[in-house]
Amino acid sequence: MAAWSESVQRLLGWAEARLPALTRYRQLEALPITLHRRRIYIVPSAFGLLFTVLLGIMLIGALNYANNAALLLSCLLGGASVASMLIAFRNLDGLRVTSIQPGHAMAGEPVMLQIHLDAATRVRQAVMVDLNGQTEATSIVPPHVATMSLALPTRRRGWQALPRIRVWTHWPIGLFRAWSWLHPSMQVLVWPRPESGGPPPTFLSDDPLRQRLHRGEDLAALRDYRAGDPPRHIAWKASARHESLLVKDFEQPAPHEDWQLDWRQLPELGQEARISRLARWLSEAEASGRATSLWLPEERIERGVGPAHFARCMNALAKLP
Amino acid sequence: MIGFLRRKPGPPIDARAFDLLCLTIGVVIALHAAYLPAWLTASLVVVLGVRWWQRRRKPGNAPVYLKLPLVGLLAVAVIFYYGNIFGREPGSALAVGLLVLKLLETDSARDARVCVAFACFTLMAALLAGQGMVATTGVALGLLPAMAALRALQPGRMASSFLGDLRPGLGLLAAAIPLALVAFVLVPRLDSPIWGAPPGAQARTGLSDRLAPGDMVDLLTDDHPAMRVAFDGPLPDPAQRYFRAYVMGHFDGRGWAQLTTGRTASPLEVSKSIRYRVSLEANNQRVWPALDVPMEAPAGTRMASDHALVADRPVTDALSYAMQSALQYRLQPDLDDLTRRQTLQLPAGFNPRTLALGAQWRAQYGNDDAAIARAAMTLFHDGGFSYTLAPAPLGRHSVDDFLFNTHEGFCEHYASAFTVLMRSAGVPARVVTGYLGGYWNKLGEYLLVRQSDAHAWAEVWLTGKGWVRFDPTGAVRPERISLGAAAASAAGGQDGGGIGWLNAMLDRFDVVNRWWSEGVIGFDALRQRGMLTPFGIRDADTTLLGTLLAISCVLFAGIGLAWAMWQRGAGDPLRNAMQSLEHKLAGVGIERRPSEGPQHYLLRAARALPHQRDALERLMKDYLDLRYAHDSPPAESVRRLCRAVRDFRPRRVVK
Repeated sequence: MAAWSESVQRLLGWAEARLPALTRYRQLEALPITLHRRRIYIVPSAFGLLFTVLLGIMLIGALNYANNAALLLSCLLGGASVASMLIAFRNLDGLRVTSIQPGHAMAGEPVMLQIHLDAATRVRQAVMVDLNGQTEATSIVPPHVATMSLALPTRRRGWQALPRIRVWTHWPIGLFRAWSWLHPSMQVLVWPRPESGGPPPTFLSDDPLRQRLHRGEDLAALRDYRAGDPPRHIAWKASARHESLLVKDFEQPAPHEDWQLDWRQLPELGQEARISRLARWLSEAEASGRATSLWLPEERIERGVGPAHFARCMNALAKLP
Repeated sequence: MIGFLRRKPGPPIDARAFDLLCLTIGVVIALHAAYLPAWLTASLVVVLGVRWWQRRRKPGNAPVYLKLPLVGLLAVAVIFYYGNIFGREPGSALAVGLLVLKLLETDSARDARVCVAFACFTLMAALLAGQGMVATTGVALGLLPAMAALRALQPGRMASSFLGDLRPGLGLLAAAIPLALVAFVLVPRLDSPIWGAPPGAQARTGLSDRLAPGDMVDLLTDDHPAMRVAFDGPLPDPAQRYFRAYVMGHFDGRGWAQLTTGRTASPLEVSKSIRYRVSLEANNQRVWPALDVPMEAPAGTRMASDHALVADRPVTDALSYAMQSALQYRLQPDLDDLTRRQTLQLPAGFNPRTLALGAQWRAQYGNDDAAIARAAMTLFHDGGFSYTLAPAPLGRHSVDDFLFNTHEGFCEHYASAFTVLMRSAGVPARVVTGYLGGYWNKLGEYLLVRQSDAHAWAEVWLTGKGWVRFDPTGAVRPERISLGAAAASAAGGQDGGGIGWLNAMLDRFDVVNRWWSEGVIGFDALRQRGMLTPFGIRDADTTLLGTLLAISCVLFAGIGLAWAMWQRGAGDPLRNAMQSLEHKLAGVGIERRPSEGPQHYLLRAARALPHQRDALERLMKDYLDLRYAHDSPPAESVRRLCRAVRDFRPRRVVK
């Protein structure tokens, strides 16, 4: 089975290399794309071939037995099959792919593409769109635009080109397959994949924010004394009942603090490791609603919060060389 | 079955598609039910119903342990019932059975498609059993749910009502009619079958080349049309509507058969004749019936010495022929010795009382053969004979039994007994079978002769007159001759044909039937070849027909493509004009960029084509003015712009 489909693929590859009409639309083209007669191809489907053989048997049988009624009806069925080919063509002719809206996705996760189809003047039924082996089917009634969601798998961050998309139909009775290849000149920005675990961000001690962290008012916990703790934070009463000195640790309002994420904080890591760590921090900050700012070698994003800010930061990370 | 080898089943089909599939198969069963054994039809309907009900509750295939035994059971039942598995009837039974069983393992679109294709095939097979108009219409209607089921298998189609699903198939078939008709007319017919014999026609009753007491009962109750006759001129009187088919001169004591003589037709002196056209239904016999005495044999037949038309081969398909017959005539006024001997022959040791009566009449009337015949007619008229289709059985001396004991019978008894009586008296006589009467269809202006109009009578050779027709049945039941078979057998006086509107409708139906059997079923190789005669082509051969077929296919393809490519002109003439201008400019290398407005684009074009700067700037100004300065631009200005665009020819700049 696999060998067979492989050889079919090889044959298709050869055909595309040899037939300019097939390869012509492999070059990128700008959206919107209107399907027209010069780019819609039709061949009989496997069922169509089976049906043709069956029609041939009926025809020969009718002729052999000089059965004119059967001959007439076989001709009728054959005529209907031919008419179905024209209907399949008309089902695609004039169809427009108006736009494709990509969603957001981290590398390794599929990105959802919203493909908008405009029927122009006619109702189009059972129009199917193939992308990377998945198929979605829909019908389009003229004033409305149909939207199909298809997932595009991603591997690495950065700009990723769309693969060729096939718009096709078996309408109305599955005897013929009409199709057209689209290769929209469009790229999807894939976000970097956050690392799966690692330390929280640390900040330089001379950072003024760092000082402020310890000036909270509420007692959070007691901990062992460490050199450098201010003496007024020592919990004398509690230490009396304990063999070592205990220090009052005040709550650090860290979740509500800004994180100033900086590319320069992570000199020890490689390029991709840095990016995925920053991505994790950004994701954690986004999940906990913390405001962040992001410093990158070429770009500085001021502090902000919310999905739009997050998307901006991730885009900036994704675009890093 | 095929299912065990399948790769992957695919997602289950929806309920509507399955319903349509069941309907298709239901139609197939209904069309085959006419000749399938009742038990098979009933069990197939049950299997279909159970499967439908089960699939409604839960999608999925029937288990293998149910399918396999059913397939085996079907095969065994068919072999047991028909004796073998080949041939038309067992083959059809098997096909229908397998189709229904295929439904048991049909759950995915793939299987459903195979099922529909097989159903189409089985639908066509139903026509092998009879290609009447009703059956054909049934099959054509059966194609509708098949198309609808295929359509319902398409993913993402719009939901629709059950009838709404059936309708588009009608449109598809209707669109196919012109091409189908042309193909039907032009597809070259085979002169002889590639394989097998043509199916043994319909095992239907019809005249037979042998006549023995009781043979014709089936025939006299069979209302199927035997032939239709259209006359050039006035319709002959009811008493003259004798259609001769078989002339039987040989008697073996039990029954009558044709004489085998290789001699040419005997002389015929005609004083009145009539022209007419016969459309004969298939009857699998080698005889073409003709009104009274045909004057010459049409192509495809030979005229026997007794003026019966013997066909070159059995009539397995409906056919039509034009004829001329004599109504007043002298047939074979001089009897040759051989024929005299043959038509006086009687087997020894049969019917002694009849022989005695004949000898007594000969003594009584001397040389007056006509008087002897009249005496026999009088005997039948006054002898207490009665007409019945269910006569008492006759013994070895069948004519004696009939004449002197039972006194009851129908045409063949009377004709047979009369002829034996004549021969006993030394008068040459023979039995003739054929049809008498018929029903006049006013609408179609033709005489419809049914199998039930079959009749037998006698011909007696009288000196100076030749062969003269005597119909002893008429002596018993005169209305058989004047009114026809229906009146004669309507013993209780109840007449089904009395309702006027029903008769009119039946007339209409029979006209259509005639058209069907002549135009469609009877359209054979012969008529196909003669089809082009009006265009000056004598004999259209296969090559010519094939060429014509190819030409018409190309023609239809062109029409179809034109339809498919045709796009309704979009409503906005300004946009169209702009598009056409863009197209022209693109031709000289100035393409409009997606981000470019009309002003920018046309100014750029004007820069690129300095010779036409003025024209382009004017076009731009007009376009912008009409597009943006008006709510609804004046039609005259729009037309002017369109004209200007049409006349604009960009000239390539030579650099």
